Amino acid sequence: MGFETVIGLEIHAELATESKMFCGCSTDFGGEPNSRTCPVCLGHPGVLPVANREAVASTILLGLALRCAVTPRSVFHRKNYFYPDMPKNFQISQYDVPLTSGGTLSMDMEGYTREVGITRVHLEEDTGKSIHIGESGRIHGADFSLEDFNRAGIPLAEIVTEPDMRSPEEARVFMQLLRATLEYLGISDCKMEEGSLRCDANISVSVDGRPGTKVEIKNMNSFRSLFRALSFEEERQRTELGLGHEVVQETRHWDDAAGVTHPLRSKEEAFDYRYFPEPDLVPIEPDLEWVEELRGRLPELPRARRNRFEAEYGLPGEISAMLTGEKALADYFEEAVASGQDPVALAKWIAGDLVALLNEAVVPIQACPVHPRGLGELVALVAQRIISGKMAKDVLREAFETGKGPERIVREKGLAQIEDEGELEAVVDRVIEENPDAASDMREGKEQALKFLMGRVMKATRGKANPELATSLIRKKLSP
Amino acid sequence: MAVSIEDVEHVAKLARLHLTGEEKETIRRQLSDVLEHARVISEVDTSGVPPTSHALPLVNVYREDEARPSLDPDEVVSNAAWAVEHSFKVPRIL
Ligand SMILES: [Zn+2]
Repeated sequence: MGFETVIGLEIHAELATESKMFCGCSTDFGGEPNSRTCPVCLGHPGVLPVANREAVASTILLGLALRCAVTPRSVFHRKNYFYPDMPKNFQISQYDVPLTSGGTLSMDMEGYTREVGITRVHLEEDTGKSIHIGESGRIHGADFSLEDFNRAGIPLAEIVTEPDMRSPEEARVFMQLLRATLEYLGISDCKMEEGSLRCDANISVSVDGRPGTKVEIKNMNSFRSLFRALSFEEERQRTELGLGHEVVQETRHWDDAAGVTHPLRSKEEAFDYRYFPEPDLVPIEPDLEWVEELRGRLPELPRARRNRFEAEYGLPGEISAMLTGEKALADYFEEAVASGQDPVALAKWIAGDLVALLNEAVVPIQACPVHPRGLGELVALVAQRIISGKMAKDVLREAFETGKGPERIVREKGLAQIEDEGELEAVVDRVIEENPDAASDMREGKEQALKFLMGRVMKATRGKANPELATSLIRKKLSP
Repeated sequence: MAVSIEDVEHVAKLARLHLTGEEKETIRRQLSDVLEHARVISEVDTSGVPPTSHALPLVNVYREDEARPSLDPDEVVSNAAWAVEHSFKVPRIL
């Protein structure tokens, strides 16, 4: 049987505005329960919501970045449901006329390009937060829930893709690219752990070209869990189909700790949100001038920047993708390039040791103790053979831990390599004298003796001998 | 246009209404009358008339993105039937 996996995503991104979508309450994360609420976001009778211009602008900007068309006239709808996380018993959303629709996002996979269709990007309001209190600590079996409406009414962009992804890996890459796009646009905090970026997926497996049954997966709170949940579900559906079973159309919940998806209790009644136009909010007709002004605000986007890094600086694709996957990291690299040092060397230091140090210390690149100029110093010290590559690793760690510049560290610690041939020759002579067996092995052409002698030279110089110079001196003196 | 008892039961469920058999029949008839009325209106030729989602000839009404003081959380929960500190407390959901 020829199986093909088909995945579509639905993503919600909280927009980083100062105030909520329809009222002036602050959008700051955290805070005491219900300390950021007012009659509008609490759904008191008789209040009037008014749309936040910045949230509309951010959504249009995102739509433009995803090559969507801006709808000439769009309206808000009420999505009606009974659930205590929305005090109004409806959520203001968009239904048949979203702000923007019909776009694409191209992503570079290993060896091919995947175009993912963007069905729509619309604007809605976030819901409140429920804390379920009970013995199990889960929704099922909770005795009661506590409702905090600080999040209720925060503007939320919803991005719906076409079912164009063909593997869990493509879904993960898409999500990362979308996250980077939101970050480049500066319109969302994009913190999956804090819930400001959330993702649901539809996945089906077709057999010999016959479309499969769609299953919706919820509760994937990181890129890793998105990939794991989809991989699990892909395998589960293939196994069912392989056994000749039907895949049931349902919503499944990803249990990250157990590494499995399980069905959510199905509703007896199919969802019927009874959408109708929100009478309290007037339609949005973005004028062309405004749309063009927003288009002019589009920055260089992640994929374009990646391609430019490859063309302009000669970076390998993988490193270029990694650096441009986070705007601040790409900015850091370009600042370091301004030092005039070799861009490839700089990129490798950032993508390797520096990112490892940042991860280890759980420090964002924005707060990196090593200034981009400092990284330039480090690369220059290696290029001028003042320190070896191995020593540079230690210098970088020290610079990271103390905030001192690499040049200063090398100067203060007297780390500069022994470049002076006469000085190094004296050391090599002494090592040969002290290790006659190894010396004679070397004369007989036994190459492993070289390693031993080099080790002794390095030990005698506390690692400061220029390795190439020391090697050539040993070879010269002990040539067969 | 006739509304069935099943339609009434579906809508009642969505609206969290508990109806007796007699009430269902009354509402079934009333809803059918309402839809019949709408059917009569829909006979009017409206081709070329854009759908009216809003009664006012207004578009693009915005507020600027400025945070303003919220209510005092004591006040927020003062009318709540059930609250724990400053959270609303509600019965179990599922
Ligand atoms: Zn409010």
